[in-house]
Amino acid sequence: MAMNNQGRDSTPHAVTVDGEFVTFTGNKALQQEEALIFELDNPGAVGVDLEAPVTTKTRLGGVKTRASVGLPSLAEPDVVRHYTRLSQKNFAIDTTMYPLGSCTMKHNPRLNEKMARLPGFSDIHPLQPVETVQGALELIDQLAHWLKTLTGMPAIAMSPGAGAHGELCGLMSIHAALDARGESHRRRVLVPESAHGTNPATAAFCGFTVDTIPAEENGRVSVEAVKAKLGDDVACIMLTNPNTCGLFEPQIREIADAVHAAGGYFYCDGANYNAIVGRVRPADLGVDAMHINLHKTFSTPHGGGGPGSGPVVLSDALAPYAPLPFVVHGKNGFDLVEQAADAKGAKPFGRLKGFHGQMGMFVRALAYILSHGADGLRQVASDAVLNANYVLASLKDVMSASFDGPCMHEALFDDRFLKGTGVTPLDFAKAMIDEGYHPMTMYFPLVVHGALLIEPTETESKQTLDRFIATMRHLAEKAKAGDLAHFQASPRLTPRKRLDETQAARKPVLRWVKPAVPASAPVGVAQAAE
Amino acid sequence: MRYLPLTETDRSAMLATIGVDSVDALFRDVPEQARLKGPIAGLSNHMGELAVERHLSRLAAKNVTASSVPFFIGGGAYKHHVPASVDQTLLRGEFLTSYTPYQPEVTQGTLQYLFEFQTQVALLTGMDVANASMYDGATGTAEAVLMAARINKRNKVILSGGLHPHYREVVETTCGVMGMDIRAQAPDWKNAEDLTALIDGETACIVVQTPSLFGHLRDFTALCDAAHAKGTLVIVVVTEVVSLGLLTPPGEMGADIVVCEGQSIGNGLNFGGPYVGLFATRDKYVRQMPGRLCGQTVDADGKRGFVLTLSTREQHIRREKATSNICTNSGLCALAFTIHLSLLGEQGLTKLARVNHANAVTLADKLEAVKGVKIVNDGFFNEFTVKLPKKAAKVLSKLAERGILAGVPVSRFYPEMDGLEDLLLVASTEVNSLEDMDALVRGLEEVL
Repeated sequence: MAMNNQGRDSTPHAVTVDGEFVTFTGNKALQQEEALIFELDNPGAVGVDLEAPVTTKTRLGGVKTRASVGLPSLAEPDVVRHYTRLSQKNFAIDTTMYPLGSCTMKHNPRLNEKMARLPGFSDIHPLQPVETVQGALELIDQLAHWLKTLTGMPAIAMSPGAGAHGELCGLMSIHAALDARGESHRRRVLVPESAHGTNPATAAFCGFTVDTIPAEENGRVSVEAVKAKLGDDVACIMLTNPNTCGLFEPQIREIADAVHAAGGYFYCDGANYNAIVGRVRPADLGVDAMHINLHKTFSTPHGGGGPGSGPVVLSDALAPYAPLPFVVHGKNGFDLVEQAADAKGAKPFGRLKGFHGQMGMFVRALAYILSHGADGLRQVASDAVLNANYVLASLKDVMSASFDGPCMHEALFDDRFLKGTGVTPLDFAKAMIDEGYHPMTMYFPLVVHGALLIEPTETESKQTLDRFIATMRHLAEKAKAGDLAHFQASPRLTPRKRLDETQAARKPVLRWVKPAVPASAPVGVAQAAE
Repeated sequence: MRYLPLTETDRSAMLATIGVDSVDALFRDVPEQARLKGPIAGLSNHMGELAVERHLSRLAAKNVTASSVPFFIGGGAYKHHVPASVDQTLLRGEFLTSYTPYQPEVTQGTLQYLFEFQTQVALLTGMDVANASMYDGATGTAEAVLMAARINKRNKVILSGGLHPHYREVVETTCGVMGMDIRAQAPDWKNAEDLTALIDGETACIVVQTPSLFGHLRDFTALCDAAHAKGTLVIVVVTEVVSLGLLTPPGEMGADIVVCEGQSIGNGLNFGGPYVGLFATRDKYVRQMPGRLCGQTVDADGKRGFVLTLSTREQHIRREKATSNICTNSGLCALAFTIHLSLLGEQGLTKLARVNHANAVTLADKLEAVKGVKIVNDGFFNEFTVKLPKKAAKVLSKLAERGILAGVPVSRFYPEMDGLEDLLLVASTEVNSLEDMDALVRGLEEVL
């Protein structure tokens, strides 16, 4: 019999299955099983108190009303508890290091959230008369000024809703500029094979054809490889810099010059701008257009997949084609240009989004920018690069670094160190989860085998990095010691073990449907999909 | 700097581990002439929290907030009351600071609410299946048009004159660059257009909206039948999603794709963004859908769990052959929508919709009593078009000077077009009191 330190029997009284402690409820203390909101239906309950309609008269013009929607009914405490319990099933920057390469998972300051909730920003309508929203337009103008000055670029389009939407904005500007030059035959876009998937998808989305540039042995794009692809049908190159291997492209100026000489434009994917903000201005690299992910470099929260914001800085050559709407300095303060006819000489290519862009994200980004200032932003890039190189230097003897350092803001490893162990990068990542870390990006970029891309960001302390490094070394050694079973069974301590993605795709169940007979078995077990 | 944990001691130790003298050495791949030697000139240096708060609060104070005045502006974004528990719950760090759920074992929270969101959207719209959100209603509409063209391999698109002009412009911009033939109809403020006659064997899709920009309510059942007979898809747009608590859902009318702006539920006005696009369709079209999808599955122990699925449609797998380039979408706005709709429930949503309609009916009745003012609509939900005896933009300005934000002059959307200058869109939701309405009536009587 096991005893606790007071001499009492501490043998689990619950049933065990395969040695695992099992509770009556299926809960594991802080880890609560949670049904779908639809299964918590409590007919008659209501979570919002509304006053009765002031009249029962209707003016519906004869259209029919609906019988019912089919939503469940719950009181507020049950709704709050439901979503709070769901939140406890997530890893997040607030709870753990989240070194997801290419995603820049840095600390999200709560000051940003507080500022975005000021009623003067959150409770104003996009179609209010401009004289009643002067502060909002001024804020957009200030953020635009910061982004233009930091990048050295003369113009900016603020409306894109996320990074991929920014890419679309940049490529449509290029499309419009080429049409204006009478060179609509330029429809080929050069994309390195290391590019984010959004790059070729965006090019295709704009009606361009994609031509892939192979990567060099050293993870870079060479000016020769670009020159070999140039021709008078090339619209632009889409180049990520620093690239997705976490490396700065040393020949970037030469590449930009070659593309310009051939009559093309240089679109820079700015997803990795965090590595160089305040230390390098993209304008000095020959960039014509670059999106800036405010939800990466400027700390607006990822929120489990958005909302983002992707303003695009533009060169003089592309500036006239920036989309509607935009803020201008007018006679009586700030004004908003919403119509092409009011664009005064510019030739906006159209409109990309309803209203004026992601204002809530603009407020957060400006709060972050003002907090850091020009000096602090430079320090951001310095510390981000320092942290990544520290991880690289501390792990390269036990994990296989894909390229020689120094790297920029992220360190790329591949699966050579796992060769012969049977452990895959996926297994390795799942073992990290049990140790309390969100995995790095896996299997991307595609230019190395079994990629493991680690981006610590500047907001991790040395103490945190040292613990992370020790954990990674431990796991790498465990893999090499032949403990394959440990990795293949990981994760064990999460609310759910490995999920069957094949079944999910083969027989898609994309919504809840009311069961014919109410389920009575414990939540989460017997209701498993058949 | 409060957000940067490294100390000078840490930095020195780390540089020693790396084996370089300075951080500058780590930037050696940057061309010499592009390396900045110090902070960029002309910009301020770092500030404490108090200073940032002062700066931004001053900007915020220059704006007139919707809650501070009698407020009747709609036009695709609506002022509703959002319960406090919505924002307080989504502010949990585990929601706010999590990434896209690529590792399902540690993101079941996000995945389960996306599954609930998809279900709610399917129920509201009367459709089979919905995705995990788009940037907003306008971009969702453009994606719907591209999806329709992928399905029937046709090129012609008909846009109703009742479609929100921003949605029309986004479709024209995004689908125009793909070479699609887009036939936008004239603004249909009289609710008189007949689109059936325009549909032919080349038409990929027809895009209609209810309530329309002008507030008109339409039943598209006959239109859907006529379109389907020609192999044309019908995309129904809803910019005021609360209306689906009262009116027949587009799915019951036969819509093929439904796109909504979801802002009205859970999300504030935020000067136009971020909002959340709802996107729903029929089961048979699911593999042509853009955006992320969450699906149910089981884990290694056979327990129910959720994952992102059907990713072979998406850019990170399919690259240039993807159905869309969308990646980051509106996750947190979708969560706000889901929590608010869960609080409302069946009874709450239905009642909210009736309160909205009742307020709009009351306001319309009051406005009709003002000399020279006419309500254009036969039927409406919570927004209608008012015909004034003077230019609406001028009337609006004068009312704004009196502290009343009365609506959207139609000329703001169509400045070049004759015959629309005296039309004003007026919305009334649950936030409007009878006193607000009387203030608008008095104001109008003064300025007309």
